[in-house]
Amino acid sequence: MAEELFEIEESVPVNTVESFLRMERMPHIWCPGCGIGTTVNCFAHALETSGLDLQKVSVVSGIGCTGRVAGYINLDSFHTTHGRAIPFATGLKLANPELKVIVYSGDGDLTAIGGNHFIHAARRNVDMTVILINNFTYGMTGGQVAPTTPLSATASTTPYGNYEQSFNLPYLAESCGAVYVARWTAFHVRHLTKAIKEALAKKGFSFVEVLAPCPTLYSRRNKIGDGLDQMIYYKDNSEIRNGADTKTIPLEFQGKIVVGKFVDKERPTYLDAMNEFYQQKLGEDYIPYKG
Amino acid sequence: MKADPKGVLTGSHFLDGDHSCSEGAIAAGCRFVAGYPITPSTEVVERIASRFPYVGGMFIQMEDEIASSIAIQGAVWGGKKAMTVTSGPGFSLMMEHIGLAAMTETPCVFVDVQRAGPSTGLPTQPAQGDMMQARWGSHGDYGIIALSPNSPQECFDLTIKAFNLSEQYRVPVMFMMDECVGHMTERVVIPPADQIEIVPRKFYEGPKADYLPYKTNGDLVPMMVKAGDGYNIHVTGLTHDERGYPSMTVPTQEKLIPRLVNKIKHNAPKIVEYVEDQVDGAEVVVVTFGITSRTSIPAIEQARKEGMKVGHLRLVVVWPFPEERIRELASRVRAFVVPELNLGQMVLEVERCVAGKARVELVGHPGGTVHNPKDIYNVIKKSAKG
Repeated sequence: MAEELFEIEESVPVNTVESFLRMERMPHIWCPGCGIGTTVNCFAHALETSGLDLQKVSVVSGIGCTGRVAGYINLDSFHTTHGRAIPFATGLKLANPELKVIVYSGDGDLTAIGGNHFIHAARRNVDMTVILINNFTYGMTGGQVAPTTPLSATASTTPYGNYEQSFNLPYLAESCGAVYVARWTAFHVRHLTKAIKEALAKKGFSFVEVLAPCPTLYSRRNKIGDGLDQMIYYKDNSEIRNGADTKTIPLEFQGKIVVGKFVDKERPTYLDAMNEFYQQKLGEDYIPYKG
Repeated sequence: MKADPKGVLTGSHFLDGDHSCSEGAIAAGCRFVAGYPITPSTEVVERIASRFPYVGGMFIQMEDEIASSIAIQGAVWGGKKAMTVTSGPGFSLMMEHIGLAAMTETPCVFVDVQRAGPSTGLPTQPAQGDMMQARWGSHGDYGIIALSPNSPQECFDLTIKAFNLSEQYRVPVMFMMDECVGHMTERVVIPPADQIEIVPRKFYEGPKADYLPYKTNGDLVPMMVKAGDGYNIHVTGLTHDERGYPSMTVPTQEKLIPRLVNKIKHNAPKIVEYVEDQVDGAEVVVVTFGITSRTSIPAIEQARKEGMKVGHLRLVVVWPFPEERIRELASRVRAFVVPELNLGQMVLEVERCVAGKARVELVGHPGGTVHNPKDIYNVIKKSAKG
């Protein structure tokens, strides 16, 4: 019996994701049924096959449940202030353009308190990948309404339901100038992994929105089941529409979810534009900035 | 280490304080500046924007002061020396990130060209109303260093010192200018690069496996590495252990936070800098900083002419405050006179150190202009009579 068990253990493949995690920090803080861990798994697989020099990869997070991702990733990682991961990442990237900089944070962090930085980094086309986990609420502080909370959904600060228009994030990102825009859910692990890999390979401001269940503070309060029920909802209600006009894909409470890759275009990055412009204007006197 | 000659405009110049501060930063090795326009500090970033393309620097005008004050910290972890520049309203917005820099021990410089407040106040007119904010503005306990120049020449010299101190102690350093010093134009002598002493960042160079980002070796200041060096560092504003990992326990808090305070407190004797003039034997000591040191001089000279024994102690480093020296003088002098362009900030420090052993007189002014020296003279005269 014991021998048999030993054999089974031997046959368990090594979980290659573990090398991307600070295993000494496990267990993580995320609730059972939370989708963030699933997205981290996809992120790790994307990194694994990305061909990137991992020594040159930095992950920057803000504050919140998704903000804790930086703390679990076994790469250079920065857990900054609420909403300010993008300007920190901007400084980091421009200080050393050799770095691959990924901002990994939540919807409240990146689009409420950090909304101003989001639109300006996209406008400037700073070379970074932003992975935004959208769970429609502020999980860590107890489920308050967010700029992403769908109309009519209940939150602790909209106890009778939300009456504010929510953001359509792919539309926002595209309008501001992002060169890569995709939306997937925590259910679409293969698509998501591929999208993150594509976003990492993209030069410029790439943006991946990932819908993820928050069973503890969003689903339960809205009586739409647990994490598994949300995954089933994603599965049954998602429609893959690559190239969709981002204007047409807002999210509604428990409505249809349009997923896919919506934008994939080329535009000079902040740094390339600056170097090229100065070279034209200042000629040989200009020392091209390389970090 | 000496300054990189590429960035040093050696020679005699006619510069205002703002431009001189920019040259000081470049000479200090600063190659990343993020800022947002605000009077009366804007000329600092304007000069940086025109000079940086020629010295391999990166200037970015961010979307606001909050972004500027954290972009510089990203740049520091990317390996640059970095600063941001602002005035009162922007300085207020930066407070959270002064705390972040203190907590993560990110060396960087915050320039505040002070104007009269509160709120929008008098944007184009001077004040010294941010002195306590510079020390205590972010939440929680931490230590910082603040300097206060009184001339364009000092805007150059002390900006270099601000960078050096930030590297030496891994703290954010506040460079507390004011509108007068910022917009005053005087001769500024920039020495040859090989006469400018630069404190380089203390990078860890030992075996990777042994590196603990927040472990110190006796001097309270840990060694840094930068992103991309292969250390897989984690930097967080949460209370953290020596590995840099969040550890939200009382013992970790009790170990980390006193160190952040003590690295300045215990090194204060080395950091403190002030200039004294006829303080020994004085009956009245005028304690000044920044532009107020200059408006005090006619008052002090007049009083001396009339036979009063008046000393002048000018703070160059404002924080940490020269507690020991003020305590020592308190038992010997009749009174301290503290003119400042606010309604009583640094005077509180003087009172604390004097502890009732001598009179302490504030010559306050809400800002918008400088003191009339006569007002300072009157208080000196009154204090000298006891």
